[in-house]
Amino acid sequence: MGRTLASAIIAAHSTEAAREGEICKVNVDFAFANDITAPPAIVSFKEMGAEKVFDKERCAVLPDHFTPNKDIASAEQTKKGREFALSQGMLYWEVGRVGIEHAFLPEKGYILPGDIVIGADSHTCTGGALGALSTGVGSTDLAAVWALGETWLKVPPTIRVNYEGKRPAWVSGKDMILSLIGRIGVQGARYMALEFGGDGVEALPMDDRFTIANMAIEAGGKAGLFVPDAKMLAYANARAARKFSPVYPDADAAYFRTETFDMEKMVPVAAMPHSPDNVKPVRECGSPEIHQVFIGACTNGRIRDIAAAAKMLEGKQVAAGVRCIVIPASYEVYNQALDMGYLRTFTEAGAVVCTPTCGPCLGGHMGILAAGERCVSTSNRNFVGRMGSTKSELILASPLTAAASAITGRLTDPRDAASPDFFKKLEEE
Amino acid sequence: MSKIFKGNAWKYGDNIDTDVIIPARHLVTSDEAELGKHCMEDIDKDFVKKVAPGDMIVGGENFGCGSSREHAPIAIKGAGCSCVIAASYARIFFRNAINVGLPIFECPEAAASIETGDEIEVDPGAGTIVNKTKGKTFTVAPFSPFLQDLIQQGGLIPYVRKELARRKGA
Ligand code: SF4
Repeated sequence: MGRTLASAIIAAHSTEAAREGEICKVNVDFAFANDITAPPAIVSFKEMGAEKVFDKERCAVLPDHFTPNKDIASAEQTKKGREFALSQGMLYWEVGRVGIEHAFLPEKGYILPGDIVIGADSHTCTGGALGALSTGVGSTDLAAVWALGETWLKVPPTIRVNYEGKRPAWVSGKDMILSLIGRIGVQGARYMALEFGGDGVEALPMDDRFTIANMAIEAGGKAGLFVPDAKMLAYANARAARKFSPVYPDADAAYFRTETFDMEKMVPVAAMPHSPDNVKPVRECGSPEIHQVFIGACTNGRIRDIAAAAKMLEGKQVAAGVRCIVIPASYEVYNQALDMGYLRTFTEAGAVVCTPTCGPCLGGHMGILAAGERCVSTSNRNFVGRMGSTKSELILASPLTAAASAITGRLTDPRDAASPDFFKKLEEE
Repeated sequence: MSKIFKGNAWKYGDNIDTDVIIPARHLVTSDEAELGKHCMEDIDKDFVKKVAPGDMIVGGENFGCGSSREHAPIAIKGAGCSCVIAASYARIFFRNAINVGLPIFECPEAAASIETGDEIEVDPGAGTIVNKTKGKTFTVAPFSPFLQDLIQQGGLIPYVRKELARRKGA
C-alpha cells in the first residue's frame, strides 16, 4: 500500500524506512517559537550546551502573544526572546512588522510545500494548508531542533477527509472544520494526521484552507495537510523565501479511515461552550444573548475573513451593549483591509480595530471577559477561562456568523442577518 | 533501581486541557515553583492547597490536550506531584512531559478505577500501579525502545548535549 501525504513527507526527510508507527529522525526545514515559548526554549538550548542555531535563516522568534507588551512581566519575557534572536542573528520581526506566527510565516514564504516545520505552538499545524508536515511541540523539543536541525517524529496514521460538491456562500472553512470536529470529537484524530481533499477543495481559497488546517489540533491531530494543487503552488511560488519541493500522497495510499462531507448540505455551525467538539447548526443553538464578538486569531484573521465580516457589517451597527473587536492577523492583512476600506466599515459600525496580535484569543489582553459574559469568537478554543473569567462562555464560529451576531446581539446564522442577494454578491467576488 | 512513587490520587475527567492545568494568564514566567502555585486552579481552585508532595494527578482520555505550553507539565512538577496516570495523553503533552522529566503512565484500567483520595504506589521499573486503598494492581505497558533510550539518557537535554559533542568530535 502507498504512502499518505504525512508519511511521504517524513520519508523524504529521513534515512529510515518510515513505516506507519515507526519513530524516525527527520531533518527540519523551519523551526520557530513565540514570546511565551521562546524563553523556556532558550534555557533548554543553553542547558544543551548549544551555542548556535543550526541555520539562522530557518530559525525564528515571533513576538505575537502578549504583544505589544501587556505588562512588565510580558515585557521581560519578550525581551528574552528578542535578545536571543538578535544575538544569534536568526529571523526576528519586531512589533509593527510581525503578525500572528501562523498567519505571518506562510505569508512571508517560510512554510512551503513538502516542508517539515516544527513550532513551539500547538497551532503550527496551520502550515498544513501549504502541504507541509507542520506540527507543534513544546519548548525543549524546539530547542533541540534549533540545536540539531532535526527531531523525532512518529509516522502517524492518517484520516482522509473529503469535502465533495459545491460550497454554499454562507459556509466557510471554519464551518467545514468545525463540522469535522463535531463529528469525530476532540480526540478523534489523536496521534494522527488529517489529510484534506475531495472535489470541493479545488475551489476553496487558501485563507479557508489555513482555517481548516489550523484546527486539526482541536481534533487532537498532529497535522492537517492539504495535497498540493495549482492554487497552493501559485500561493507558494509567489512568496517562497527559499527553494522547495512539493510532496504528494500515493494514489493507493492506505488511510486509517475516510470521512466524507457533502458541502451542499453544510450549514453555518458553532462550537458551544466549553469544547470545540460541542458543534451544532447555528440555527439550533437557541440564539443566546452575547456581550462580545471577537474577529481575528490565527484561525480567522486573514483578509477573506476580515472581508466577509466587513461586508456583513457594512452600513449596519454593532448592537447596543455588544463590544465587537476586530484584529487582523498580520500587517499584510491590516494594510489590505485598510486599502479596501474595511477598517473604516468596522469603526463606522462601532467595532474596535486593533493592531495584529493574539490578543484576547488566549485571554491575554484587548478584550478579556468578565464573569457571566458570553462571546462569539472566530478563534479556535473555547475551553473554560480561555478568554478571561472561568465563568465566561465562548462560542466558536465563522467570521460571517460572528459579524451577524454582532449586529443582532445574539448568536445568529448569517442567513438570518443578510439577504440572498448578499450571498450571491459574496459568491461572485 | 528506579524510584517508587507513593502518594494519594487527585482524579479528574477526560480531555483535561493545558489551559486548566496552567491558565494563560500565568504564562509570564517559566519558573517551576511559581507555575506550581497555580496548577489546576481553573478546574480545582484549591488543588495546590490540598495536594501533598508525591501525590499523583489521575486523568481520563486525552490528558493535556490543547496548547503546546511546556509550562503545563512543569506546573504539575512545581505543585509537588510525583507523576500523572491517565487513560491516554494528548501528543504534545506526552512529548513535553518526557522532555521536562515529569513521569507519566498510560493505563486506562488504572485511570478508570482510581478515585480521589486513593493511596497509590507506582513502580516505574516493574511497570506496576498499585491502588492500595482498593487492593488492586495494574500493569503499565512499557514505552517504545526509542523512548526508553531517551529516558535512560536522562531526557532530551542530555541527549542533545551528547549529540552535539559527537558532531564536534566527528
Ligand atoms: S491567535 Fe490564539 S490560537 Fe493562534 S497562536 Fe495566538 S493564542 Fe494561539
